[in-house]
Amino acid sequence: MTEKPKVGVYVCHCGINISSTVDVDAVAEFAEKLPNVKVARTYSYMCSDPGQVLIKKDIEEHGLNRIVVASCSPRMHEPTFRKAIADAGVNPYFLEMANIREQCSWVHEEIEEGTAKAKKLLTASVAKVRLLEALEQKEVDAEPAALVIGAGIAGIQSALDIADAGFQVYLVEKTPSVGGRMAQLDKTFPTLDCSACILTPKMVDAANHPNIELLTYSEVEEVKGFIGNFDVKVRKKARYVDFDKCTGCGDCAKECRVKDRFPNEFDQGLSKRSAIYLPFPQAVPAKFTIDPDNCLFLKKGKCGKNPKCQEVCGTEAIDFEQEDEFVEFRVGAIIVATGFDPFNPSRKPEYGYDDYPNVITGMEMERLVSASGPTEGKVKVFNGEEEIEPKEVALIKCVGSRDESVGNEYCSRVCCMYVAKQAHLIRDKLPDANIRIYYMDVRAFGKGFEEFYDRVRRENVRYIRGNPSEIFKRGNKLVVKVEDTLTSTPLEDEVDMVVLGVGLEPRADMRGVMELLRLSQSPDKFFLEAHPKLRPVDTATDGVFLAGCAQGPKDIPDTVAQAKGAAASAMIPLARGKVPINAQVAIVNEATCRGCAFCVSICPYSAIEMVTVNRFGNEVEVARVNEALCKGCGSCAAACLSDSIQPKSFRDSQILPQIAALGVMK
Amino acid sequence: MSANYEPNIVAFLCNWCSYAGADLAGTSRVSYPANIQIIRVMCSGRVNPLYVMNALQQGADGVLVSGCHPGDCHYMEGNYYARRRLGMLKDLMEFVGVDPKRFHMSWVSASEGHKWKEVVEKTVEDARDAGPFEGFRRRQIDW
Ligand SMILES: Cc1cc2nc3c(=O)[nH]c(=O)nc-3n(C[C@H](O)[C@H](O)[C@H](O)COP(=O)(O)OP(=O)(O)OC[C@H]3O[C@@H](n4cnc5c(N)ncnc54)[C@H](O)[C@@H]3O)c2cc1C
Repeated sequence: MTEKPKVGVYVCHCGINISSTVDVDAVAEFAEKLPNVKVARTYSYMCSDPGQVLIKKDIEEHGLNRIVVASCSPRMHEPTFRKAIADAGVNPYFLEMANIREQCSWVHEEIEEGTAKAKKLLTASVAKVRLLEALEQKEVDAEPAALVIGAGIAGIQSALDIADAGFQVYLVEKTPSVGGRMAQLDKTFPTLDCSACILTPKMVDAANHPNIELLTYSEVEEVKGFIGNFDVKVRKKARYVDFDKCTGCGDCAKECRVKDRFPNEFDQGLSKRSAIYLPFPQAVPAKFTIDPDNCLFLKKGKCGKNPKCQEVCGTEAIDFEQEDEFVEFRVGAIIVATGFDPFNPSRKPEYGYDDYPNVITGMEMERLVSASGPTEGKVKVFNGEEEIEPKEVALIKCVGSRDESVGNEYCSRVCCMYVAKQAHLIRDKLPDANIRIYYMDVRAFGKGFEEFYDRVRRENVRYIRGNPSEIFKRGNKLVVKVEDTLTSTPLEDEVDMVVLGVGLEPRADMRGVMELLRLSQSPDKFFLEAHPKLRPVDTATDGVFLAGCAQGPKDIPDTVAQAKGAAASAMIPLARGKVPINAQVAIVNEATCRGCAFCVSICPYSAIEMVTVNRFGNEVEVARVNEALCKGCGSCAAACLSDSIQPKSFRDSQILPQIAALGVMK
Repeated sequence: MSANYEPNIVAFLCNWCSYAGADLAGTSRVSYPANIQIIRVMCSGRVNPLYVMNALQQGADGVLVSGCHPGDCHYMEGNYYARRRLGMLKDLMEFVGVDPKRFHMSWVSASEGHKWKEVVEKTVEDARDAGPFEGFRRRQIDW
């Protein structure tokens, strides 16, 4: 750092976003008088091309070597300005940003306050920028492979795109089959394509693709490393069935001693399965799995004289000795496509879901209307003990969505349409039924949605505006208690069946993946994207991307679009073959290091090791940082007793002047 | 204590959670007192306890350190270190006669813009209660 700092300060108006609560001219005038500042200017939009040109020209004309931009959050435009100054020949790390928008003009109302605070923030930035050091952007090789977690339609689509581009993909699915929720759907709005017909070929492609290694009934257990080089460990749960020998014939399930005794998850519990089972006929892979919680032999160590499945299996595929296996591999990028949970209406007890078998969820309705479902597509429900074909059908929207009482403020985006779809399908099967939909609003925003909604209304489906308060039983009828808010009439509507249009919720088990990959949640508790508009598939963890309902409720077209976006983003490091590594790493002053190794035990990345060096003829141990592993968190620096280890750009010598600058002006 | 005394607060926020949460407060136009100035660090684990004392020495009346919720640290365990170190510091501060109301620690995630506002309000209010800090002021670096 031989050159004397010559600082240029740029204060952004951001249209009126900043200038309405910060007197930007006053701030620039003030900045001019700060030590080492050569130029201070304001401009309407610093991030725009002319704004950047302004900086570049000043660098040339005034020989500036340090730049402070007072504008939005560095989380927004730090990369933009780093690049701009690098283009003009200044080291990109000679930049500081004063956050006078998100943390000043947008949160303070008085112009005096805003201006005074902007001046302070700017002073701290000038104090720091003078002391920054030039850093070199290094690169490491990236593994040309990707991990996709979750094999619903989102994960399948991402995996296929990446595999088609020629990269290796590991597709990990928790359940015994790929397909996710879409496999359970009957027809799909708004075009009414049969869900299985459009999904099954993709499921098969995912299993057969030469570049995809499909790991079903598996879970990611450990992820280490960072973008370009994630080391992944996957647990393949024991199926107790030899994968290679099983032909999927199904003789075992037919003979199982506890045949058809347990709720079939795929049919939402509306049918029963055996302890050895294939989740559904089109499951991929078509291999049976033994459910260890229900198998007599696995639970009790005894199943008759001999387990029946073992007796009947022609290929001797049953293997009770099987244990969980671990698979380890390295990938350059990761896509999280873990999907959603449907809202559980037991949390709204006033709707009687737990009490009446003829109050069902939308997910159950999908199975009821499906030709391959438990009733072979007949709309039948139990009313008490009696199985009936309903004459009066009510569907209720927004169950568990837009409802603060259950903690979900958001709209689930698919219920308006799937409820309309189900009304249409019911109409198809029960031409004489009276069908009504209780709604708060109708949101038919997507391509073809409004047209579909119109069509359904013309099929004699009544839309009644009102949010039911209660469902109870009177005689052999269900009573929906509601106020028709368009006519202000209280109603007690007697029906035979109620379908609850349940919303989409974050998966109850998402914490596992969240902690593995250091991801955050947005206020709705779905996974948080890096930027809601400009980086919708990225996360705060470099190299980790989001696809599908894991990021928020969406329909299949949006899910597929996002899955393709995530695949394209994940392929950037894979295709380049290299990734930049963090330049703001810690560095040890070997002359003052006392060799205590506190930092070694603290480092969460094992990035520090002890080495022996020759210090004035004595062999001493000192700490040394592996730059490829260090993430620059700085925990080591706060622990060091001699201030010998310091993260670059966040050294004590760079932070203390900031503190001083903020303290001085009352 | 003068009636129009406004405490000066220095806050250290981790880049990934609390700084992002403070940004979200901005994007959502959640307004809060202007007494607080934020210094961005990558992790709350970076905050040397001496920074807190240093800030008080150099003119702050209150200090806040905020990081990711325990368990959610972007760097896996940095916020646990922060919690330990700064917890001890708080005890030490009391011992040397600094009103513990001047120092706050909080966990604010990237989605908690409203929580950030509450944290700021509480920090400012407590520092206001504690009054102007006149303890061991010592200008270290001239600005
Ligand atoms: C009742 C209902 C009807 C619908 N009807 C329609 C319709 O007609 N048209 C339409 O466009 N959309 C419809 N949708 C929306 C549609 O279901 C979703 O858009 C789609 O399923 C989202 O796919 P996904 O891959 O993101 O998630 P999912 O389908 O939930 O798939 C996620 C997959 O990840 C797996 N997984 C989860 N966690 C892990 C983990 N930790 N490790 C490994 N694997 C994991 C899961 O087992 C699952 O296989 C409907 C939704 C509902 C609830």
